[in-house]
Amino acid sequence: MKTIADLLHEHPFFRGLAESDLQFLASCGENCVYHKGDYLARENSQANHFFLIRSGRVAVETFVPHRGPLCLLTLRGGDIFGWSWLFPPYISAFDARALEDVRSLRLGGECLRNKCEQEPKLGFELMKRFARIATERLQSARIQLLDIYGPDHQGHTA
Amino acid sequence: MDYRLQASDLECLIQAIRNKGYLLYGPTLIDGAITYGEIHSVSNLPQGWTDDQQAGQYRVMRRGDKAYFGYAVGPHSWKKYLQLPRRPVWKVAKQNQAIEIIEVQETVPKQAFLGVRSCELHAIAIQDRILSQGDYRNESYRQRRAQLFTVALNCTSAADTCFCTSMNTGPEVTLPSDLTMTEMIEGREHFFVISGGSEAGTKIMEKLPLRPISEGERKLAKERVERLAEEMRRGPRHFDSSDLKELLYRNLDSSNWEKVADRCLSCANCTMACPTCFCSTVEDTTDLSGEHAERWERWDSCFTADLSHISGGSVRADTRSRYRQWMTHKLASWHDQFDSSGCVGCGRCITWCPVGIDLTEEVRTIRALDQKQVRNQEKP
Amino acid sequence: MIPTVYRVSERSVEYPGTFTLKLEAENPEPDKLPMRFAPGQFNMLYAFGVGESAISFSGLGSDDGNLIHTIRAQGNVTRALERLKAGESLGVRGPFGIGWPLHATVGREVLIIAGGLGLAPLRPVIYAGLLGHLAAIRVRLFYGARRPSELLYREELAQWGQQLNLEISVDHGDGTWPGHIGVITDPLQAAQIDGANSVAFLCGPEIMMRFCIQVLLRKGVPASSIYLSMERNMKCAIGLCGHCQWGPNFICKDGPVFCYEDIRPWLQIRSL
Repeated sequence: MKTIADLLHEHPFFRGLAESDLQFLASCGENCVYHKGDYLARENSQANHFFLIRSGRVAVETFVPHRGPLCLLTLRGGDIFGWSWLFPPYISAFDARALEDVRSLRLGGECLRNKCEQEPKLGFELMKRFARIATERLQSARIQLLDIYGPDHQGHTA
Repeated sequence: MDYRLQASDLECLIQAIRNKGYLLYGPTLIDGAITYGEIHSVSNLPQGWTDDQQAGQYRVMRRGDKAYFGYAVGPHSWKKYLQLPRRPVWKVAKQNQAIEIIEVQETVPKQAFLGVRSCELHAIAIQDRILSQGDYRNESYRQRRAQLFTVALNCTSAADTCFCTSMNTGPEVTLPSDLTMTEMIEGREHFFVISGGSEAGTKIMEKLPLRPISEGERKLAKERVERLAEEMRRGPRHFDSSDLKELLYRNLDSSNWEKVADRCLSCANCTMACPTCFCSTVEDTTDLSGEHAERWERWDSCFTADLSHISGGSVRADTRSRYRQWMTHKLASWHDQFDSSGCVGCGRCITWCPVGIDLTEEVRTIRALDQKQVRNQEKP
Repeated sequence: MIPTVYRVSERSVEYPGTFTLKLEAENPEPDKLPMRFAPGQFNMLYAFGVGESAISFSGLGSDDGNLIHTIRAQGNVTRALERLKAGESLGVRGPFGIGWPLHATVGREVLIIAGGLGLAPLRPVIYAGLLGHLAAIRVRLFYGARRPSELLYREELAQWGQQLNLEISVDHGDGTWPGHIGVITDPLQAAQIDGANSVAFLCGPEIMMRFCIQVLLRKGVPASSIYLSMERNMKCAIGLCGHCQWGPNFICKDGPVFCYEDIRPWLQIRSL
């Protein structure tokens, strides 16, 4: 039987963190499974958790009237979801829906905030990791916005 | 071996060339400019005329003497006789679903050029490397060039816009030519120093009433050309061209391109007047029956939006990028592509620019900005 | 240089406005060898009376002399090519240009990164990989497109998914799409890549290639192992007309495939 600390250790987000830090964070974590169609988070609802996706696909969605759910991004094993728990008012901006059975490890937002306040050094390390991923997501969103395969950029010699 | 041809015997040279079956082209006064046209006799030459050339200005004037070649280059170069401004490439016939494509076979005339300046011989040599010496060739150009007979002319005077000394392309003829001449007017003496550079040239010389030349006359002719070269080197348009490629490659984002673009009309005159600009495009058309199509090739210019058009738009959408392309191609990337500069210093782009943009001045400006930048970087 | 007449033997629509033509020589001369090409090279396809367009080879370099070209209708010429029906004729000049350096794949992991129509010039490389013509350790395909309905070669993609490592990313998709939604750089970023032992071939919109190159460099793929196919206006395809100049390069004869290390400075210059 793997402990929460073991599972944290396996996830790329925590790669390279000291064993003692993982042990320190483990008490915030719980192992959970979402079935296809379950929501990990709902838009405009309390953002109580930080999710580490271990396996399975998750869609980050919003609902467009007359059109239905619009998927902005899919996530999979190795990815993370959610940083709304970091800042007041701790409200999710998007839906996160399991597209298939999802094994996840979720860490309580409040618990994680308290740990980071207690250990600012670890807190800063985690913050850097969040910031890097947030930057990547922002870049991706910008590229998506460019519509690079659209008529203005189409056009390879083919 | 140098000989002396009396100016009064120039007609003999013209007729000797024509009698060999050549279509002879040379300078002639058309529409108030000394331009190249067909020469039937010596009377077609602009004897006693000269030109005054400045940035964006050109006019012909009377000379005080009877010189036949007392001017610099005109609006057109010899390019128009070798890389035709417009030529048919292929014809296509369509019947039901089938098409047949037939290459247009051109009857290429034997052409001779009279009065080719050193810069222009260099320009022809540059076009040779592009159009007839690579893996693929422009057949029309190659055939015209293969049969070409040239009478080159050493320059003893230059226009203010000339800068061949900067590009090491003149004023003395150094490239091979069938015949090479220097026109001399010494008091009442008017003659040409003439020498052969090929078998075809020697054969023409055999037909001429030549006289031996004195050592003094030969020396004098050489001095005239050297004196001009010295004057030009002291002139305002002379510059060091040895590092132009590096200079321009490092300044592709120079603020000066914006400044040129403010004046440049993107009219393409410089590219049409330039003796080395070789860009071309094709036009495909059909007749009204829809059964016959043709393809024509014609000169194109990097100043058009169409030249760099890809799906989604023109890559060089503004004048800044087009002028930069023209100048950096001519003076820099040409070295990488064809092992020489694409500029021969003939000055046509300066004279025929409607707003008087002067390439030599732009080089100086970019160099000054470049040096300022280098100095700023060196400051601690 | 005049085109050879070919006939459309098959025509299929990939998705509206994008189609694939199979061409066969109209009057094959018995002593003339069928056209041979290298993956990444291109032909000039001539539509009667309208003009020519540069189109990459998308088929197998097989000996039967058939040519496969995938075309997006976006200009006069390609729209005229779109109107061609099976049995109708067109002109073909080629092959031209320098293609993908297949020799660089020996003993390496090959990362094929295609965006939109950019998959078309890379398909011959994929075929070479599937047929075992590349002495590569592994072939991986990262393919980005706007939406699932705008994917090329959909039936083949399903097969390739079984035969090689395939990651498809679409910018927009719904819940029924089984692959990634986001951008092509995401799966590339997520992939475990042994940078030093990889060689990457990229073709797609210039912006997409620029972003993917940044990811590849971060993953330790050397600039000398990244190859990309560039696009410029091509008229003559033989370096004479001047249209496709890009800095010192003529895309038609020095490319269209370039090594990133060689062209890096030129990619930085805008509107070149």
